[in-house]
Amino acid sequence: MSSWLVLSMSFGYLLLLFGLAFWAEKRGKTGRSLVTNPYVYALSLAVYCTAWTYYGSVGRAAAGGMQFLAVYTGASLMIPLFWTVLRKIIRVSKVQRLSTIADFISSRYGKNISLGMLVTVVCLFGIIPYISIQLKAIASSFEVLTGTSAGNGSDLVHDTALYIAIGLGIFTILFGTRSVETTERHEGLVTAIAAESIIKLVAFLTIGIYVCFVLFESPAAIFEQVAERESLSHLLVLQGDFAYGEWFWVNVLSMGAVILLPRQFQVAVVENVNEKHLFKAMWLFPLYLFLINLFVLPIAAGGSLVLGSMADADTYVLALPLAAGEPALALFTYIGGFSAATSMIIVSTIAISTMVSNNLFMPLLAGIEPLSTRLGTRLSPLLLGVRRAAIVGVLLLAYVYYRGVGEYYSLVSIGLISFAAVAQFAPAMIGGLYWKGGTRLGAILGLSVGFVLWAYTLVIPGVIGADLLPAHWLTSGPGGFELLIPTSLLSVEGLDTLSHGLFWSLGSNLLLYISGSFLWPQGSKERNQAEVFVDIFRYSTVYESSIVWKGTAYMPDLRSLLEQFLGKSRTRKALLEFEKKYKIDLSSSQLADPRLVTYAEKLLAGVIGTASARIMVARVVKEEEISLEEVLNILRESQQLLLVNKELRQKSAALQKATQELSAANDKLQRQDELKDEFLYTVTHELRTPLTSIRALGEIVHDNPDMEPEQREHFLATLVKETERLSRLITQVLDLEQYESGKQQLQRSSCTADELVNESVEVLHQLLSEKGIRLDVALQPEMPPLEVDRDRFTQVMVNLLGNAIKFVPAEGGRIQVSAYYLDGDFKFNVSDNGRGIDPELQPFIFDKFFQAPHQTKRKPKGSGLGLAICQRIVALHGGSIWVESQPGKGSRFSFTIPRNSTSHGPESTDR
Amino acid sequence: MAQKVLIVDDDPSILLSLDFLMKKAGYAVFIARDGAEALDILQREIPDCLVLDIMMPEVDGYEVLRQVKENAATSHIKVIMLSAKSRETDIQQAMELGADNYITKPFATKKLLEDIRLLITPWPKSHL
Repeated sequence: MSSWLVLSMSFGYLLLLFGLAFWAEKRGKTGRSLVTNPYVYALSLAVYCTAWTYYGSVGRAAAGGMQFLAVYTGASLMIPLFWTVLRKIIRVSKVQRLSTIADFISSRYGKNISLGMLVTVVCLFGIIPYISIQLKAIASSFEVLTGTSAGNGSDLVHDTALYIAIGLGIFTILFGTRSVETTERHEGLVTAIAAESIIKLVAFLTIGIYVCFVLFESPAAIFEQVAERESLSHLLVLQGDFAYGEWFWVNVLSMGAVILLPRQFQVAVVENVNEKHLFKAMWLFPLYLFLINLFVLPIAAGGSLVLGSMADADTYVLALPLAAGEPALALFTYIGGFSAATSMIIVSTIAISTMVSNNLFMPLLAGIEPLSTRLGTRLSPLLLGVRRAAIVGVLLLAYVYYRGVGEYYSLVSIGLISFAAVAQFAPAMIGGLYWKGGTRLGAILGLSVGFVLWAYTLVIPGVIGADLLPAHWLTSGPGGFELLIPTSLLSVEGLDTLSHGLFWSLGSNLLLYISGSFLWPQGSKERNQAEVFVDIFRYSTVYESSIVWKGTAYMPDLRSLLEQFLGKSRTRKALLEFEKKYKIDLSSSQLADPRLVTYAEKLLAGVIGTASARIMVARVVKEEEISLEEVLNILRESQQLLLVNKELRQKSAALQKATQELSAANDKLQRQDELKDEFLYTVTHELRTPLTSIRALGEIVHDNPDMEPEQREHFLATLVKETERLSRLITQVLDLEQYESGKQQLQRSSCTADELVNESVEVLHQLLSEKGIRLDVALQPEMPPLEVDRDRFTQVMVNLLGNAIKFVPAEGGRIQVSAYYLDGDFKFNVSDNGRGIDPELQPFIFDKFFQAPHQTKRKPKGSGLGLAICQRIVALHGGSIWVESQPGKGSRFSFTIPRNSTSHGPESTDR
Repeated sequence: MAQKVLIVDDDPSILLSLDFLMKKAGYAVFIARDGAEALDILQREIPDCLVLDIMMPEVDGYEVLRQVKENAATSHIKVIMLSAKSRETDIQQAMELGADNYITKPFATKKLLEDIRLLITPWPKSHL
């Protein structure tokens, strides 16, 4: 394949990545950020999978079978098992504005400068080789693809790795150092990394499927062929000499690496926008690791069968499709590997450049007072410049390393050595999160000794292997001291190199961290930080007050300090935010509020790291020593205040709720009152009508003794009729009141429908025949008996019949009563051929005095209470009553009585 | 010529007594059982006095009153409201529509007759 094609594909891919990052950043600015998506977070974590995974796993699997998996089993377990640790690290970093792992450790131990530098140095030594092997991976994959040897042997001008390094440097500078504030998230970058994670996964799955199902018939077919060859049996079984020690240590290392590697800290902590994303990552990240490893063994086996030793096992994924004459597939696979390598290089470089600028350069500069003062506001661009230079420097060093010694290492061994380097951070970091007693001295001692032993036991053997140091060191020890043999220090034998190295470096690191912490007491600043780190979940809500400060500072000094690093507009904005948050007016006093000092320090920490921020702030304020007791008091106070505040809020919410309930109850009462008033008014009004007649007629009869006897008779009869009407009305009102108040009890007895209907008809028999109304009764034969209150039931029937009689036409009036029993309900119907009821009025006719709101429109004959009482009686029997009617065609009133009824209260009739 | 009174009420018993009372007092009596009937009669007859119930089906007493007082031909008719409605607001509404008197049910027969007489007896000129 032509070099130009591959090269232009590579740069085309980088350009696409540029476009994507640029687009994502633009999107984020318009509020449609992609990084608020938990999937993007989970995918960005997969920056864990580098070229080491992509090419190296196959190589390692071809040599050692299942051993390669340890790097992923440990990593898979990290988040599900220790998500609380990760969440705590994220919370501390957000609250304290920490942007790198160096900053994290230095901040925990009293914002110590030397500790930050130490961590940075360890990272430089540990990670630069790791970056260089990514460059190597790109270069060698390029070689495989093009069939050239453009690598080490060639001159600089034709070295692809160099061009790649330059291209990546530009990308990293463009998207990683846009803002001087390192805690600001790199949206474009994270999106690009997430996209790269998808690309490398898809590419690897593609080649895996190709090997399994196109090149061979099935995975089973591959392994059958492997089983036939003695030399490849190690691929299938865990042999007797399976390195259990190494398996264990690699698991531990990879677990730590998920968070301790600078690039992992960057994506998992600094770029995290929401702690809840961890829950998505908890299953998605392991799933990702599972998928990307799914085809490693089949490819390794397939490669061993087809290519054997004709190709480096690390390059099987490329060599296989090439050998099978599938250059397009090989190119795609190459892009996948390219994406794996570039994502690692980009993120690692950013993380390390931030460390170099904030933890190495800035503290040195801040230490030289006249220099930093003279630089003034030019400090901020200077810092960006340093960071950019660091990016170039790191890439350059990685390139030089690759040209120099990288040749001698396989992908995996350097990766593991890097893992071992960052594992040295574990004691200081995890101890610092959970043990308030961990001190600066312990951390420095542990870390530096651990680092030295790491170099001696893990790096030196490799250097010896590269013939850069005398080989006899490994057999008889440097200078003949056998106790100093790097692979069996103090004659500790029987361990593989990795286990041995970790035993010594991590073991002494941990031991010194603990004993050093006991040896030397903490300073006050350190104690404060320990308190805040360990109890972060208690204090993070207090936020600004979580770092306590005592002393005097002047506003103008503080402001100009902020302006030096943040620029004028950003400073003004930050101070405005502060004023808003604490509701204070900063212009009112020349003296700075203590909280502002803390706030300013945190703002600066986001730009130059905590240790440097501390130096810069200390320069403009006069600080007084503050005791732990005071710190705790202030923290407690703010906590209590918060608590009291919360309680008050809760109380006022409860009060508001009670008020609302009261007012609702009041409204209801008032409404009921109004209804009661209305009812009373209606009742008195209804009573007045018969009373009027009674009085008038009485007076007339009284005042006119000479009336015609017949007329007198007529008047007196009317008077008696009106008296009856009056007393009936009173009875009904009292009846209704009984039902409404629930005082009315039913006297149930067993009756038949025949009896009940006949009794009711009997009452009205005379009236019916007087008016010449035809009554038909149709009852279902052999109905079961009913358990009802006989009198009340008759009252309903009589009322309905009475209404029907009132409304049927004078000539040809017809009424029909029917009853039947169905599905546990008795149903009674009373139909008439009267004038019917206006549909609009139908919903109201069962209301007491339903005519009340319509009184001026229609005055019914009767009290206006009959149907209301019927409804309550039926409800009391557990049934319901309704009407169907068409004006001009008659009405049909129906009600049901359940056979097994329980007594129900009367339904509310409020409307 | 006897003065004319139109009685409007939907309760037969009340109509019975009012009819008797008015005739006894010497008025020519017209009877309407609801508002519509009253308006119908008013097309033909212009009574001197209207005894008007309020709550009646379809066209209520307020409506009759309004029409009577709005129509120039009938606006001079004295109107006595005779209603079971006893709220202050009811009375005020009738007065605003131009009622000349408002008597609540139940009423004293003599007082009703006296009120009618006072309303429709023309004042002798010398009294002005």
